[in-house]
Amino acid sequence: MDAPAARGLKGGVSALSLLAVAALLWGAALALQAYREARHPQPPVSSDVLYFRGGAAVSRAALGFDAILADVYWIRAIQHFGGTRRSESGDKTYAQLYPLLDLTTTLDPHFNVAYRFGAIFLAEEHPNGPGRTDQAIALLERGLAADPERWQYAQDAGFVHYWWRQDYKAAAEWFDRASRIEGAPWWLRSMAATTLAEGGDRQSSRQLWQQLYETTDDAWVRDNAQLKLAQLRALDDIDALAVIVRRFVDARGRPPAAWDELVAMRWLAGIPRDPSGTPYELKPDAQGGVALSERSSLSPLPPQFTRKTGPTT
Amino acid sequence: MGRVIGLVAYHVFKESVRDKVLYNLVLFAVLMIGASYLIGQLTAGQDVKIIKDLGLAASSVFGLFIAVFIGVGLVWKEVDRRSVYNLLVKPVRRYEFIVGKFLGLALTLAVNIAVMAAALYAVLGLMTWLQPGLGKAAVEAPVMDPQLLKAFALLYVQLLVVTSVALFFSTFSGPMLSAAFTFGLYIVGHFNADLAHFDSVVKSQAAGWLGKALYYALPNLAPFDVKAAVVHGQPVSATYVALTSGYGLLYAGAMITLAVIVFSRRDFK
Repeated sequence: MDAPAARGLKGGVSALSLLAVAALLWGAALALQAYREARHPQPPVSSDVLYFRGGAAVSRAALGFDAILADVYWIRAIQHFGGTRRSESGDKTYAQLYPLLDLTTTLDPHFNVAYRFGAIFLAEEHPNGPGRTDQAIALLERGLAADPERWQYAQDAGFVHYWWRQDYKAAAEWFDRASRIEGAPWWLRSMAATTLAEGGDRQSSRQLWQQLYETTDDAWVRDNAQLKLAQLRALDDIDALAVIVRRFVDARGRPPAAWDELVAMRWLAGIPRDPSGTPYELKPDAQGGVALSERSSLSPLPPQFTRKTGPTT
Repeated sequence: MGRVIGLVAYHVFKESVRDKVLYNLVLFAVLMIGASYLIGQLTAGQDVKIIKDLGLAASSVFGLFIAVFIGVGLVWKEVDRRSVYNLLVKPVRRYEFIVGKFLGLALTLAVNIAVMAAALYAVLGLMTWLQPGLGKAAVEAPVMDPQLLKAFALLYVQLLVVTSVALFFSTFSGPMLSAAFTFGLYIVGHFNADLAHFDSVVKSQAAGWLGKALYYALPNLAPFDVKAAVVHGQPVSATYVALTSGYGLLYAGAMITLAVIVFSRRDFK
């Protein structure tokens, strides 16, 4: 810089003016970039290429930063699951969910929640999840291999068999396996026996989720148990409402057009709502003529616990 | 002797303060506070684990950069600025110069690591205060787990090893090459265990022996990493910490001795 300019910097030109020039140039650069992107749109970046798939190789190259990398992949797994679940796209494959969880747990084999929440994510039925109960069980088995004393993984595997697969024999075996691990609560043994004896009974299922709800320290596991309990309550509500709708059909020879008709007859105190607060819907083609709203956060309800009462008409 | 070493060390520390090296602590604090807020929104209740991971990883990265980039310039800068001539005509022995330089950077790193550890505990304390249920959710290890100090202690000794390597290279090489060599050894140091078992993957007995020899000659840095273990509340025994620290201090001592030998033989006439 020549001498007059330097003098100007020290005396005349204020730092504020230079800051304004810098801001102006920066703003112009951003505007030009926006213009270029509008004229020449960039191809979308495939998220596949941003992440490795071989967990063991990444772990070797991490140079002691395995744990923080595992955190990055865990955040990525949550974003992938949440983003896909919320997306309007019909193509909800959750294709990256298992590879991301696999990477997370390879980088940090003791990442407790990655196994537990990961199994919940993987087991959720389509479109709320990939419905890959096999992968959920495989993930929990890997967790048990890394930490054999964690009875919670065996318990979670039992829940996957119980809730999503309706394989009550396998569920009972997992609960029994969990109960044999040192430090497991006493009620796991009775849970195994109840599951084997009563299988898909709604009441025994309620007991199972209630136990999990009351004993877990983890907020997410508790929230999941609370959701399942609310779904079971909704199923009970729907059964009770179906009886009232049937009475109305018997009395009038047609299904009710709206809840108001039942309220006017004082058969209901008000518009019936599910545990999430969303009104139930009258649907003549639904079993019992009553259904949970698709807008409800409890939707879809587990099909294995729905009573076969037949349509109202 | 001790007074001269102390003086050299003090000047290294003072220079690092003057060069605004400690500014990285501000960056660290901002990173931790910012992350503690953002991570809570993203991680499905894993805030404590991830903050601990992030704090330890950031301390490791910042410490490594300080150890390498200041370490490689410790001797080279004095030679380049020709200030080494003024120093050596004074009653300063060459080994006092090298040891003083090392201890000065060790002091800078100690201040850095101590402040970073305190900042991590402060952020964890703040999170516990703002979310009273956090302690119950952290089932693997307490939020304010004193075990974290073991990870910081081993990290510090690891950085002393890296500093000694950087200082050694600094006695005969320019900063670019020294930094490349030191980073190279840092990477090799994390794969070192492979060399110990090299004989099981090659047929040649000589290659196996060479692998073993390199295993002992090169710094073994992987055992210093207990970050994941302390975050998951797994026990890290005091004996393990003592043995690993002992190895690190002895290795750093050996590198400083080599640095003294090389520097003593250099001709500054």
